[in-house]
Amino acid sequence: MKRIFSDLHLRPNLREPEQASCMARRAVDLGYRLIAFKLPVNITRNELIQLRSACREAGIDLASRVDLKPGTPAELLSSIRNLRRKFEIIAVICESKNVARQAAKDRRVDLLNFPGFDFRRRFFDRAEAELASKGTAALEIDTSPILTLEGQARIRLLTCLRRDAATAQALHVPIVISSGAPSILLMRKPLENAALASLFDLKRENAFDATSKNPTHIVKTNREKLGPDFVAPGIRAIRRGKDC
Amino acid sequence: MLKRTKRRYVSLKIDSDARFNSQDLIDALWSSVTKLFGEYGASRTGLTLIDHDQSRNVAIIRVSLAALENVQATLASITKIGDTPAGIHVTTVSGTIRSLRKKAE
Repeated sequence: MKRIFSDLHLRPNLREPEQASCMARRAVDLGYRLIAFKLPVNITRNELIQLRSACREAGIDLASRVDLKPGTPAELLSSIRNLRRKFEIIAVICESKNVARQAAKDRRVDLLNFPGFDFRRRFFDRAEAELASKGTAALEIDTSPILTLEGQARIRLLTCLRRDAATAQALHVPIVISSGAPSILLMRKPLENAALASLFDLKRENAFDATSKNPTHIVKTNREKLGPDFVAPGIRAIRRGKDC
Repeated sequence: MLKRTKRRYVSLKIDSDARFNSQDLIDALWSSVTKLFGEYGASRTGLTLIDHDQSRNVAIIRVSLAALENVQATLASITKIGDTPAGIHVTTVSGTIRSLRKKAE
């Protein structure tokens, strides 16, 4: 079966609508069929519809994504409660250990993201991975810091990513590779992202899964859950009205 | 008997509005491969610029098959050529230059 490649972390400047549609068109050229823009928490329904139609014109599917950066676990819980029904993807930027642990065990969180430029705040250790493997959260790895960092900083980043990827694979936590690109020059093809993943020892097949199967599964599951027919996992309404 | 080195030809598209000369391009490739894999790793790539069409911003390089994945990672990690922001995308990989040109048509 042909893979559906996705990039779930594009960061265009949404104040410039042309940049978003330009990124969508570039994503199509690079071979992606599903993308997600990092959207502001207070985005209106109309703005989202406009973005979706711009992406549909470009020939690509857009998933709505929000990045949460809570200071405390309580703040995280409150944000998830308010936003879970509004966005298809909830990613948590884990800047403290408490938040990382809470995010890993919460089944409403889709992606765990760790700051690419701050190596002391990468809390994806064995305990974190065990919690994530019991929940639904996947580890998200952005490739743009690999492109922008140089020298010692990139060496340290690759060391951290190698450790994180090995921990995730050992405990069967899905990995999602995204670009995290703020501009089109940092967007790469799925094959190129897989090649970059080889720098942190991810096998080619796993790297392709991380750019296609894993992200697509997250979006598909969440769309089902947000749909009007969803009752509970595995149960959905197939008919309504008097003929039931 | 000495084993024959298998090679691959890779066609590239340079993602930039600017135009670059061949020297700038090959400097960017070598600099990137040396930064990522060191001089030892770079020596194993067998990287050679075969063709460069400045007007269309496309190029063909030859690499050793054993180092193909490393070269792909190297190409993906390039963010500027000279001092100009640019990206490089692999368009086709092939075993012979003739079939590469045929695929690229």
